[in-house]
Amino acid sequence: MTELIKHEPTTIYIKPPKGFAALNLRDLWIYRELVFFMIWRDIKVRYKQTMLGALWAIIQPVLTMLVFNFLFTRGVIKVQSDGIPYPIFSYTGLLPWGLFVAALNSASRSLTSNHNMITKIYFPRLILPIASVLGGLVDFVIAFIVLIGMMVYFKVSPAWNVLWTLPLFLILAIVTALGVSLWLAAINVQYRDVNYALPFLTQFWLFITPVIYSSAGFSEKMQLAYSLNPMAGVVNGFRWALLGSGNGPDTSLWVSVTISFLILFGGLFYFRNMEKTFADTI
Amino acid sequence: MTTAISVKDLGKKYRIGAAQTKFKYGMLREVLVDAAMTPVRIYKALTGKGARGTTNTASFWALKDVTFDVEEGKVLGIIGRNGAGKSTLLKILSRVTEPTLGTVSVRGRVGSLLEVGTGFHPELTGRENIFMNGAILGMKNAEIESKFDEIVDFSEVSQFIDTPVKRYSSGMYLRLAFAVAAHLEPEILVVDEVLAVGDAEFQRKCLGKMGDVAQQGRTVLFVSHNMSAIMRLTQEAIVLNKGQLIMRAPTQEAVDFYLSSGQAQAGERLWDGEDVPASSAPFRPISLKVKNRSGKVIDTVRSIEPVTVEFEYQLDASITGLRVGFYLSTMRGEFVLTSFDTDAPELFEKFDSRKSGRYVSRAEIPADIFNEGRYSLGVNASSFGVRRYFMDENALAFNVDISGAPGMQWGEPRVGPVRPRLSWKIEKIG
Repeated sequence: MTELIKHEPTTIYIKPPKGFAALNLRDLWIYRELVFFMIWRDIKVRYKQTMLGALWAIIQPVLTMLVFNFLFTRGVIKVQSDGIPYPIFSYTGLLPWGLFVAALNSASRSLTSNHNMITKIYFPRLILPIASVLGGLVDFVIAFIVLIGMMVYFKVSPAWNVLWTLPLFLILAIVTALGVSLWLAAINVQYRDVNYALPFLTQFWLFITPVIYSSAGFSEKMQLAYSLNPMAGVVNGFRWALLGSGNGPDTSLWVSVTISFLILFGGLFYFRNMEKTFADTI
Repeated sequence: MTTAISVKDLGKKYRIGAAQTKFKYGMLREVLVDAAMTPVRIYKALTGKGARGTTNTASFWALKDVTFDVEEGKVLGIIGRNGAGKSTLLKILSRVTEPTLGTVSVRGRVGSLLEVGTGFHPELTGRENIFMNGAILGMKNAEIESKFDEIVDFSEVSQFIDTPVKRYSSGMYLRLAFAVAAHLEPEILVVDEVLAVGDAEFQRKCLGKMGDVAQQGRTVLFVSHNMSAIMRLTQEAIVLNKGQLIMRAPTQEAVDFYLSSGQAQAGERLWDGEDVPASSAPFRPISLKVKNRSGKVIDTVRSIEPVTVEFEYQLDASITGLRVGFYLSTMRGEFVLTSFDTDAPELFEKFDSRKSGRYVSRAEIPADIFNEGRYSLGVNASSFGVRRYFMDENALAFNVDISGAPGMQWGEPRVGPVRPRLSWKIEKIG
């Protein structure tokens, strides 16, 4: 038998929790492989025993886009689209939005649906919501391929800087999704009300985010109020990076970024603080 | 010797909150009252009172003032009744839950067999689950790969390794799960009752594996109700009772103590309300007594006299298909016999369904059965194939005095759990 890992055992001190727990990101690093395994498991299992499989990743945003497009072309909804063909305008918004909603849905349940792991073994609990959020990236990439097709069809070409601006906005989307998810997942352990409130929350959030309309025509004050919603910054950023619409990064973006990271750090501390009672209350 | 585990003044308090009993009976009135109280509850939750506060919630100490050290390479047995705090202790050591008081320092990785197969996903194949489960247990990918063949060999499911585990039989599933956990090679291994499942052959293999682990100089904590397994695998044991450590001694001594203590009185075991789990209802055990021929409760039984075992219980509702009986086992955990009160066809017909009320089931164990030593009586009340209402495998222990038993002219001890008086005939045939 080969001993691959020879290490001097480290001593762990187990003490009663006191005050706010440190983030203890070191443990998360030690268990980093588990994050990949959890993502891998989620992806492997996600479309098991479905007929259409990964096609669902495309069907959902495309159908939503078609419905909104129908309403738009019939004049049922009268919204601005910054002079961009409406299908591609709404689809560009629906992409990060879909990532966000899918992340919230799966991450808020990630602890309760893995309660047998939580009550039986130790591992950094943060892994569960993190893996849920990152797992959504696969669907995002698949849906993104459709966008590329649409951009070719509508002859929209992004500026060269999309190569670094888009990833940055994607990171902002993930930070926002993770931040909100951490709150929801931790609250859900004790109060399952989250399950019932979430559909309402995401629906409401969709309306205050410029996914199917443009916020370009809004007054400056409104713009700033809008940027308090970090997803507005994400969606506008996606459009700016991919389609060149809007003004690009300005004050309101930095407000969004700040809020987004505040939610994330708040979520991390809240989660870590609640973590010690997860096994007892779940 | 270095200390692998050091536990100091450990305590764990659980709250028995109102949340657990909420809507127990699903009454509409309760639901409505609860709904009306929602604003109050939200206020309490937001201000950090309520579920996390101490007002109007009862609490109990699952562990209290527990202090002990385990040296590296030692195998320590942990024994105690259900609810004595064994599982809570293991959960704290494996960092699943955090203590309320005290500290623990643990040197090295703790591998827990609290529950094998944790994180197994039914849709994944055996191969995929090995990697998944290994990662959950804290193994590195390279480590799993290097042990993969060994794990598959040990689990005996190599034929089905690429089949989703939802198609596995429960035995295959368990073997695979245990195989992964057994190859974890932690510095400290925590085992809780995993051996209660699986067939005899596999159990033997598991015990062998545990023995190997101990041989390799790793520290093992072993919790079991199986006294023979405890005695086989451990040299030393601690006894927990109601969250407190009441003894630490060489295993034989600790097992003796455990089997003879905890019982209310010699020759008699009484259950009061708090000893009976709520899940037993409507069955409620009251007392178990060992009596001699003249009806006196005795602690030491004479092997040459018949003994009466008397089990008194209350049915709070009628039960159909109820059978009440006992196990007799040696204190090493070997079963001697099992018997139920409706074994006889006429009694089965008459008492298969019993109305609510108080009952006594009484059995006479004939003379000349027991060998010298100490025996344990366990009780069981169940409906065959339907439900087990109540079981206590070590309800009562008693001694057997063999003066007058067959073969006493030789002073040697006799092996075997029984010492019956057989009718020998000797003929000279040539």
